[in-house]
Amino acid sequence: MLRILTNPQSLIDALTQNRVFRSIVRRGLSDTNRNRSLAIFSNFFLHIHPVKVNVSAIRFTRTFYLGGLSAATLFILIVTGVFLMFYYHPSVPRAYDDMKDLQYVVYMGPFLRNLHRWGAHAMVALVLLHMVRVFFAGAYRPPREFNWVIGVVLLLLTILLSYTGYLLPWDQLAFWGVTVGTNMADAVPLMGEQIKFLLLGGTKVNENALLRFYVLHCVLLPLALILMLCVHIWRVRKDGGIYLGDEEKPETEERP
Amino acid sequence: MTMETPKYLLEADDDARKSPVRLVVVQGERRPAVDAADEAQVMTWPHLMLREAIALVALSLALSLLAIFFDAPLEEIANAQKTPNPAKAPWYFLGLQELLHYYPPLVSGVILPGLVVVALIVIPYFNINLKREAFWQENIKRKLVYFWASILALSVIFLFSSAHPVWPILIPLWVIAGLMMVPAVSPTRTGWRGWLGDRSLAFWVFLWFLLASTALTVIGTFFRGPGWQYTIPWIDGVY
Ligand code: HEM
Repeated sequence: MLRILTNPQSLIDALTQNRVFRSIVRRGLSDTNRNRSLAIFSNFFLHIHPVKVNVSAIRFTRTFYLGGLSAATLFILIVTGVFLMFYYHPSVPRAYDDMKDLQYVVYMGPFLRNLHRWGAHAMVALVLLHMVRVFFAGAYRPPREFNWVIGVVLLLLTILLSYTGYLLPWDQLAFWGVTVGTNMADAVPLMGEQIKFLLLGGTKVNENALLRFYVLHCVLLPLALILMLCVHIWRVRKDGGIYLGDEEKPETEERP
Repeated sequence: MTMETPKYLLEADDDARKSPVRLVVVQGERRPAVDAADEAQVMTWPHLMLREAIALVALSLALSLLAIFFDAPLEEIANAQKTPNPAKAPWYFLGLQELLHYYPPLVSGVILPGLVVVALIVIPYFNINLKREAFWQENIKRKLVYFWASILALSVIFLFSSAHPVWPILIPLWVIAGLMMVPAVSPTRTGWRGWLGDRSLAFWVFLWFLLASTALTVIGTFFRGPGWQYTIPWIDGVY
């Protein structure tokens, strides 16, 4: 035992060279390029990456990792969001009481809520910045034009997620922020009133609206976002990876 | 009597040569970018994985610090009888709320944002500009006419369609018109004027959106207070 603890290499070996570990992670920390390739494409989570990447594609200034950071923020939001769901009841006035409990009673409650809140703002900002970076790189042009459209859908879903979450604390900020927004729906010609009714489950922001926003925020919109995100990332690879620049490519120019 | 072959026959076949396995479909239009392979490549593991791990740790650290030192706001319980002044939406909607000050809700809440979303969607389809065709490359005379007609029309719209001129949209418009004219006046192919000359129309339109929506959002967030009157953030505080 002592020998293992004083020798990091044998500790690593002991942890990684056994049947159980190898059944989960098929390749260890790999040293040969063959094993490094296998580490990527025999792993479900890593196979979204190619085995080799262009040097300039992983340079920080190429993407500023903004797409990846958006996805990472989404991950943090899902984890903290699930924890918040353990403490939250979508009803009036229980929802507000739960916020107070999170503030004063729940262990690490404030940290949990703060992380979810700032994460949500960060995600909207990161997604907007990602869009700006993609545009100025010129990466929206064929063959990536449809991935840009999927991106626009992702942007709308992100904003809707953030906005539906905004109502859930059921404080003055939430109530009036959402009232201002949903009053806009009245302005839609012909069916404005119906749209607003559908959204709120009534004519005003009340507990029906809270329940609808809760279901949208915790179930429908995250599912839609994750689905579209899978398509988005899959297409990044199918379109030939990150767009690297402007070399004239004779084949693509012939498109009608 | 000959048996007629059924129309749909379920053929079981285990001969790989008879039922070839599809390895790859090469489409004319969308080929994977194998033609860029002369670019230096590195192994994803460990090089990209390491960078992703660093980015993830940096992000988690930044968000955790934010969450430790700054508390998310929580006001009194919602009260439909007590309207706060001003009642503000979250920051990403304050550009729209600022527009509400200029236009009726139909325009600022439905038509303009709708147009922006449609414009974002069609950006990659209009003026595809595969060769990054610079705006002033051909037909300069005709383009100048269209260019000034559009700038004039847009200026008139945003000067007179509302009770006040919409400066956060107009000023970016004029800055961009000025920048676009530089390469038309002095067609140099090098330096910063050459760079301006190489920009496409899509670039300029997007830049206009970006500047105008940033200006509207910043004004709505920091410079508006009770009654949606102008306030100075460092004197009156942020509402
Ligand atoms: C939930 C939001 C989003 C996530 C998580 C996401 C994720 C990603 C990731 C991981 C990449 C790989 C390259 C990079 O990091 O830049 C990427 C590329 C791309 N994204 Fe997004 N994205 C999102 C939203 C958007 C939006 C709003 C747009 C545009 C309207 C967009 C358009 C694109 C395009 C065109 C590419 C290919 C870029 C290239 O080839 O250089 N995405 N996205």
